[in-house]
Amino acid sequence: MPAQFRKAAIVGGNRIPFARANGAYARAGNQDMLTATLDGLVARFGLQGQTVGEVAAGAVLKHSRDFNLTRESVLGSRLSAATPSYDVQQACGTGLETAVLVANKIALGQIECGIAGGVDTASDAPIAVNEDLRRMLISLGSAKTVQQRLKALSGIRPGQLLPEVPRNVEPRTGLSMGEHAAITAREWEIGREEQDQLALRSHQNLAAAYDRGFFDDLVTPFLGLTRDDNLRPDTSLEKLATLRPVFGAGESATMTAGNSTPLTDGASAVLLASDEWAAAHDLPVLAHLVDAQTAAVDHVHGGEGLLMAPVHAVPVLLARNGLTLQDFDFYEVHEAFASTVLATLRAWENPGYCKERLGLDTPLGPIDRSRLNVHGSSLATGHPFAATGGRIVATLAKTLSEAGPGKRGLISVCAAGGQGVVAVLES
Amino acid sequence: MSDWYRDFANSGLGTTITRQLGLPRPAVLRRYEPGQPLLTGPGLVGAAGEGRLRDVVSGVLAAAGVRVDGGTDDERLSAVVLDATGLTGPAQLAAVHELLAPAVRRLGPSARVLVLAEPPADAPTVAQAAARQALEGLVRSVAKELRNGATANLVLVPSDAEAALASPLRFFLSGRSAYVDGQVLTLAAAEVPAGDDPDRPLVGKVAVVTGAARGIGAAIARVMARDGAHVVAVDVPAAGESLAQVANAVGGTAVALDLTAPDAGPRLARQLQARHGGLDVVVHNAGITRDKLLVNMDADRWNAVMAVNLQAQLDVTQALLDADGVLRPGARVVSVSSQSGIAGNRGQTNYAASKAGIIGMVRAWAPEFAARGATINAVAPGFIVTEMTATMPLGTREVGSRINSLQQGGLPVDVAETIAWLAQPGSAGVNGQVVRVCGQSVLGA
Ligand SMILES: NC(=O)c1ccc[n+]([C@@H]2O[C@H](COP(=O)([O-])OP(=O)(O)OC[C@H]3O[C@@H](n4cnc5c(N)ncnc54)[C@H](O)[C@@H]3O)[C@@H](O)[C@H]2O)c1
Repeated sequence: MPAQFRKAAIVGGNRIPFARANGAYARAGNQDMLTATLDGLVARFGLQGQTVGEVAAGAVLKHSRDFNLTRESVLGSRLSAATPSYDVQQACGTGLETAVLVANKIALGQIECGIAGGVDTASDAPIAVNEDLRRMLISLGSAKTVQQRLKALSGIRPGQLLPEVPRNVEPRTGLSMGEHAAITAREWEIGREEQDQLALRSHQNLAAAYDRGFFDDLVTPFLGLTRDDNLRPDTSLEKLATLRPVFGAGESATMTAGNSTPLTDGASAVLLASDEWAAAHDLPVLAHLVDAQTAAVDHVHGGEGLLMAPVHAVPVLLARNGLTLQDFDFYEVHEAFASTVLATLRAWENPGYCKERLGLDTPLGPIDRSRLNVHGSSLATGHPFAATGGRIVATLAKTLSEAGPGKRGLISVCAAGGQGVVAVLES
Repeated sequence: MSDWYRDFANSGLGTTITRQLGLPRPAVLRRYEPGQPLLTGPGLVGAAGEGRLRDVVSGVLAAAGVRVDGGTDDERLSAVVLDATGLTGPAQLAAVHELLAPAVRRLGPSARVLVLAEPPADAPTVAQAAARQALEGLVRSVAKELRNGATANLVLVPSDAEAALASPLRFFLSGRSAYVDGQVLTLAAAEVPAGDDPDRPLVGKVAVVTGAARGIGAAIARVMARDGAHVVAVDVPAAGESLAQVANAVGGTAVALDLTAPDAGPRLARQLQARHGGLDVVVHNAGITRDKLLVNMDADRWNAVMAVNLQAQLDVTQALLDADGVLRPGARVVSVSSQSGIAGNRGQTNYAASKAGIIGMVRAWAPEFAARGATINAVAPGFIVTEMTATMPLGTREVGSRINSLQQGGLPVDVAETIAWLAQPGSAGVNGQVVRVCGQSVLGA
């Protein structure tokens, strides 16, 4: 075992522009998008034919034929076929989790460099056959005689022909993620206007970043799309205010299509390495992945919001690193819903909640909101589940690098199933 | 994008028909491929008067394995190299005629006529200046008379620039110069590094190619990589998808950058320094057209063309010159101008102005580059067959592609080969020149 850990460097990233579902990438599958994203990364860093320590990536919505999605994408890319790869799935936390996994292997000296990524398509989602029909087809497959086969076939009923489309629903509660978020929004009394304001800033920040060329070396166009097509540079509070609530019910419903992320297609990848490997290849080090933490909450019986796990993960991470919530120059809080971000911040400010739920004597306190999601986040880019983590890691790493050495950033990503992944980056 | 007419004219039936109707028969040009011999058959080296370059020429040809005995009378010649540096006056031009006439009669397909002389401007007497200048008329006319893909070019070699001759000599004789015809190139004295590998002359070089996502730029990237360079392929962020494909195909690096951004030059310089420790070759190929008659031209069209085609080249080059140690010794800058910049073109006042401006730029910068042991040159393509020209109306396209001595449009690779040659270390004596890649177009000739 190596005696010392080394912090993994983030060399750079690549993603394709994110596209609203059933739009620009309607005909592209996960493997197409991930392969193109890897190839864009290869082109940016001149990695043609090179063997990378490993590629870890994954998708949340995945066809069963894509069981080896990442490996197949690597084989289709310009990386050396000798590059090992594996799939990871931790819902919306997938992209950040893969970065943590690759960084940890680098930290341990098991690999010198690696690529972390994620991809998702809501347009080309797998559709399963009805459960009854599936069982019937299995018995048909194992039938030996003609009689047995006919018997099995005679069991088909018209209703069984209806396919099962994956739904964005928590299996144990039957509620959609938006409905869960609406409950949390109501609990924390998150207002409509503050949500719209957050959404507006996300669009404005993203548009400004594109305009100044910030994404020139983070994004590679795909299938004719050059920018995230969910981006509305000219949206306004007035326009956002006209949208009708889609989650929650009655007077208290505040969550609209404008302050919630849409279903999105896209992919992202991040190149991580040891400092030595980066130097040997004349590649930059934008930032280091300092530490990471995951947490999970019981959203079924525990009385905690589905998307509140990062709220629990962050204090653990801060304590381990001797940091306070205010010790950061930038915050990347994934905007699954504007209300999720606002509930997260409010929870950290709340003495009662911090004491009872997080076991903290003093609350984590407020953050400087001007440091939050400064280059836009999921409300503007859209949110292809597994691709969001890679987008955030690369964006924050470049943000920190631009700000100069010694800058620190916090990433917080909530995920389905009541989970959360958070991490600290430092330039 | 294939040249259907050329293919037809070279088919069995097509040969008969075009001959009977007296139609042009554009040749299938001999183009360079790695490992290809310099010439396919014997060459002839002659001199008018007391030439001083015979030995240099024979040495280069012998090193390339070319027979220079002139072959037997029934053998086709692959090249005629005529050393006219000994011309003393117009009377001696007769000797040039005497030597060329029988040789031209024996030329094979894609053969080369290359005349070497001293620059008229250096002539000690008026009569000598006149005789030297006369060669230009002669060579340009021979080029128009040659058939079957053969070309004729003139290289002016000042008395102190003999060492610079080898690289241009090889270029003009080889398939790399397939579409360069009727040109006059003036060499300058320079320190020429020895020992270019003729098949991998750019090995170890870092070459930036702008506008590399498609068209001529993509061809330049491919040829430079083939010749051994690491290509840094630059194009606008919106072209990133095909840019990445080009970079991956040539084992290079993609840089998405709008060259008209205010900090484009310094950004590029920083990246080249950090990632590649500097650079050796810059090819300014990115260019746009926004055609309109002058009277209908709005400011946007005018400014956009100037910004990309001329100002960005000036700014980026200056930024690279200013950035300490980024431009390595022996650097090469090649700018893509255009035939329109020489001949002018209706509807292209903005474009032609920008492309003529490039010529002014390379000429003005040449002395400063020479002082650094570097060079800066322009290449002016004529009618080059690209996706762009494929969308032109058939008539316009046919006329545009036939009005040159080779009776066909050039290919992106022809422009690329010329640029890659100028980028070679051995091309140190080619500086401040404008090389047209136009098949000796009648426009602006
Ligand atoms: N095709 C011809 O027949 C012909 C003839 C003469 C000269 N030329 C010149 O050759 C060059 C290449 O021509 P082509 O036919 O391949 O054109 P093209 O349009 O196919 O390619 C030009 C490339 O330059 C890029 N570009 C444009 N503006 C840029 C900017 N601001 N920053 C970075 N990249 C930018 C474009 O995105 C494009 O990929 C041009 O300079 C053109 O003027 C072409």
